[in-house]
Amino acid sequence: MLLKRNPDIRASEITDERVYLKRREFIRIAGSAALVAAAAPLAACSAEPLGAEPAGTGPFDTTGSPLTGYKEKAVTTDEKLNSFEDITGYNNYYEFGTGKSDPKAYSGSLKTSPWTVKVDGLCNKPADYHLEDLIKPIQLEERIYRLRCVEAWSMVIPWIGVPLAKVIERAEPTSKATFIQFTTLLRPTQMPGQTTSVLEWPYVEGLRMDEAKHPLAILAVGMYGKTLLNQNGAPIRLVVPWKYGFKSIKSIVRIRFVDKQPETSWSLSNLQEYGFYSNVNPQVDHPRWSQASERRLGGGLVNSRIPTKMFNGYDEVAPLYSGMDLRRYY
Amino acid sequence: MHKAAKALAFFACLAPVVWLGFRTATGRLGINPVEDLELTTGIWALRLLVLTLAITPLRRITGWNRIIQYRRMFGLFTFFYVALHFSIYVGLDEFFALGAILKDVAKRPFITMGFTAFVLMIPLALTSTKGWIRRLGKRWQLLHRLIYISAVCAAIHYLWKVKVMIGSPVYYAIVIGLLLAFRVLWELRSAKFLKTQRITA
Repeated sequence: MLLKRNPDIRASEITDERVYLKRREFIRIAGSAALVAAAAPLAACSAEPLGAEPAGTGPFDTTGSPLTGYKEKAVTTDEKLNSFEDITGYNNYYEFGTGKSDPKAYSGSLKTSPWTVKVDGLCNKPADYHLEDLIKPIQLEERIYRLRCVEAWSMVIPWIGVPLAKVIERAEPTSKATFIQFTTLLRPTQMPGQTTSVLEWPYVEGLRMDEAKHPLAILAVGMYGKTLLNQNGAPIRLVVPWKYGFKSIKSIVRIRFVDKQPETSWSLSNLQEYGFYSNVNPQVDHPRWSQASERRLGGGLVNSRIPTKMFNGYDEVAPLYSGMDLRRYY
Repeated sequence: MHKAAKALAFFACLAPVVWLGFRTATGRLGINPVEDLELTTGIWALRLLVLTLAITPLRRITGWNRIIQYRRMFGLFTFFYVALHFSIYVGLDEFFALGAILKDVAKRPFITMGFTAFVLMIPLALTSTKGWIRRLGKRWQLLHRLIYISAVCAAIHYLWKVKVMIGSPVYYAIVIGLLLAFRVLWELRSAKFLKTQRITA
């Protein structure tokens, strides 16, 4: 049986984020005021306007900074967006704890700059990319997607990212490459959950090559017009909207082309409950709870469940699975 | 003095629901408010259940017999939080969709466990009055042993609810297991004690 070690810091000892932010702001304002007073010319030099950057770029490895030049609403929905607070305050990111508010509370110390993504395996152009170099050549797009968690709740999130297919294309995978494995950063000093054995670390996920190349699959670097916050998987994460949320692996450091179905963290933890495919499917229940309906968060206290749709409503992915028994390949 | 202590215990048991009511009324619940309500009432139900089950072992070990006077209060508060937990599930989580609820109870093991724990507590709450204790006599104690089954169901209910069985659900299961094991050991010890007495007599 797995036991969670208690974090060294009690929740009550941690500075409330609002207080923390205010304190930060105070330090920042006081600091810059002192700087301006003492060395006005120097301060002016360092303050480069963000708008001067080329379109479609941003400081991808700096969390929460504004992104520019992205194609707005490249994919959208008429559903109501969840608030920034919802999306950044209610997360499953076990590297920072198993509670829904743990990622927001404990992800602050993760350093995402500089960030390198290794692209390797069965491809002609393996490379270690600086995040900027991986993303910059591709047009950023806003993709407003539904996110359906395997725990039967959902949100609507305005991601900003690039089609995964474009990144794959550049690496030139060989004909033997039939699957892709993704790996999350392993850094227990900054990811306190990795000192417990909730799951095997690092977190790994995978897609079949044709799934990965589907235009809906993206690598997200931002959300709500800003680069991702740590609790949402900064600086770069996968978003596969027709699959349960845990397939959309966060803080990716490695993308590897392989010739057989790769291991994935949740199926390693419990294959009976979490399969490789994990497509959103209202007809195939989790062994311990129903997947027929979900609660859309953000609706307040009186908020009835809504029916869950096949492939989370993204019917265009159905041809990927034609002829497959989705009860068997859950 | 004793009256004051009892009043204090009563208000301490009431405090979590008062605070929860305040958070609900002022919009201070979490981003998933229904889940927040369910988790909070569920965890307090478990805490009070553990407290109720701890009375007898504590009494046996310390010989502090007056503590028994608190058992009924803790037991009834346990039932109160369980009933609240169940009502929130029925009303706010499932919106009184009886079909879905019945399906859940029959098909979802963790709901089945929670539901069983709740149902078994109903006769205990009903027969907790002085009148019923007198009327049932020796059978009262036998009936109230149902709480052991209820406790096991409650522990499993929490374990099966989570995605991975770590942390808090495991600790509660261990504590409930220890409290029940104490009773078994105590029974065995007294049986052995009686046997040796008979031999020496």
